[in-house]
Amino acid sequence: MNPEAAFSARTHARTIRTPEGVRFSLPLAGPVSRCLAWLIDALCLVAFAQTIQVAAALLGIVSRDLSQAVTILLYFIFFLGYAMALEWYWNGQTIGKRILGLRVMDVRGLRLRPSQIIIRNLLRAVDSLPAVYLLGGVVCLASRYAQRLGDLAANTIVVRSTRVTAPRIDTVLADNRYNSLRAYPHLAARLRQQVTPIEADTALQALLRRDDLDPEGRVELFATMARHFKSKVVYPEEDLAGISDEQYVRDVVDLLFRR
Amino acid sequence: MIIDLQKFIVAEQPFWSELERVLTRQEQDPYRRMSFDEIGRLHYLYQRASADLAKINTYSSERAMRDYLEALVGRAYSFIYGARQETVRFKPWRWFWRTFPSTFRRHRRAFALSLAVMLTGAIFGAAAIVIDPEAKAVLMPFEHLQGDPSERVAKEERGANEKHLTQGKSTFSAFLMTHNTRVSVFVLALGMTWGIGTVLLLFTNGVMLGAVAADYIRAGESAFLVGWLLPHGAVEIPSILVAGQAGLLLAAALIGGGAAKPMGERLRAVVPDVVTLISGVAVMLVWAGLVEAFFSQYHQPTIPYAVKIAFGVVELMLLVLFLRYSGRREIGLAMRRRLRGRWSKSR
Repeated sequence: MNPEAAFSARTHARTIRTPEGVRFSLPLAGPVSRCLAWLIDALCLVAFAQTIQVAAALLGIVSRDLSQAVTILLYFIFFLGYAMALEWYWNGQTIGKRILGLRVMDVRGLRLRPSQIIIRNLLRAVDSLPAVYLLGGVVCLASRYAQRLGDLAANTIVVRSTRVTAPRIDTVLADNRYNSLRAYPHLAARLRQQVTPIEADTALQALLRRDDLDPEGRVELFATMARHFKSKVVYPEEDLAGISDEQYVRDVVDLLFRR
Repeated sequence: MIIDLQKFIVAEQPFWSELERVLTRQEQDPYRRMSFDEIGRLHYLYQRASADLAKINTYSSERAMRDYLEALVGRAYSFIYGARQETVRFKPWRWFWRTFPSTFRRHRRAFALSLAVMLTGAIFGAAAIVIDPEAKAVLMPFEHLQGDPSERVAKEERGANEKHLTQGKSTFSAFLMTHNTRVSVFVLALGMTWGIGTVLLLFTNGVMLGAVAADYIRAGESAFLVGWLLPHGAVEIPSILVAGQAGLLLAAALIGGGAAKPMGERLRAVVPDVVTLISGVAVMLVWAGLVEAFFSQYHQPTIPYAVKIAFGVVELMLLVLFLRYSGRREIGLAMRRRLRGRWSKSR
């Protein structure tokens, strides 16, 4: 496969079809966010290494030989086991991944098995060749699901896993007690037919995020949207008199998302 | 656009919240056993959320709603369909005496290949030293092996190295354990280069070993050589070979060789065994590190070569017996039968 074809074969999400016939997708983490997570983890490792040195210095008072041996063993265990232990106890997350909202998952969307965690971390030895994860990075860029060699062997992927909360759609629609557009059921039916799902969603998102917009931008945005919806279905002028563009969009969304 | 989204959310929200609560509780304690009723309820909630997601995908495009339900269904799916093996707690004793040796035996062909590669390297190294003794500098990159073997033996027997070691046996042991484990992990990891790296590393290790052996045998220091290498080498060299075995297994799964299964499935099948083998190697190398630091570096007259060689031979025999017979079901059954027979006779 030529590099261009390999790159174009990459996807940004892993879509999984459950036995119930439902599809859901897991958004894949890119190499940059993974690299940043790794840097955070590296800082944690350095901080821990400092702690080990202090502890070893104290142990050195008793026996210098024992202190050095303990230091070597602790360094080794910690550098090898840090990611393994945390990914197991935090369901696929290390400190870096947790901060950046990333998570290691099985490529089929299932829970990670211990053997998968161990092998993906042991194979860092080859992913980090020749230096600073160059080989792993190249493989990650070329592979379909942004997997480094360790991920390929372990059948794992790294996904973005921000905890999504249920949308508060009621904040938009609950206060809309009187909707003048409901007076014309045939026009409402036509509007539902004409408006595409993407247009409806865009209008709803604009209303959900209205407080994040600056006043001028908000007026302009809702004016554009209102013009767009008015071009789809023409309501009698007298019913729209005195209704702001934002209220008009709110009425349209109310019609589209509530029966 | 034919779904009343607000009504839909109001009706379904309690079920989603309940599903979230159940999943969070189980994620926090993976070993918690659920009752039959709880499992039934979880399955119902999951199916309900799946149906809701299907409705949203079909009738509405509200993105935030879809994202939320996808995340929820994804979490529940991974929990319900995830492999349940991990709820069985890890039993180290059982793993060491049964799982590790039986995994080793199951993949003995990969071990045989690993051994063959290292032996080929050893023959090559030995031949190179015999034909061209000047090649020593290239074949043995360790300073203490560069000189004349007889001079080194004389120095070691005077106890020069022992005095140095007295101050740092623990450090030396820890260094050996970590260094050898790192090398073994590297041998395994290079399996991902379709096994080329693993084979090369096994071969070069064989070359060094063969060259050192030939050099000492030519100098008439065979007793020192065996007494020096066998106590720790009896475990250390098989450890590297087992790491090679694991790397070759990984490579075989990667290459496929006409297997009907896709690569992902092949790797999925072999990875638990690879992890078992490399974990066994780590345990073996802890022992080898202790022996090398605390025993191997002491030479005649402190410890006679005969004792050291006998120790190494016993170790090797025990290792062979362990890998060959430990955890065999038929042996366990035979022993149980014999014990039962004795017990019934005594009554």
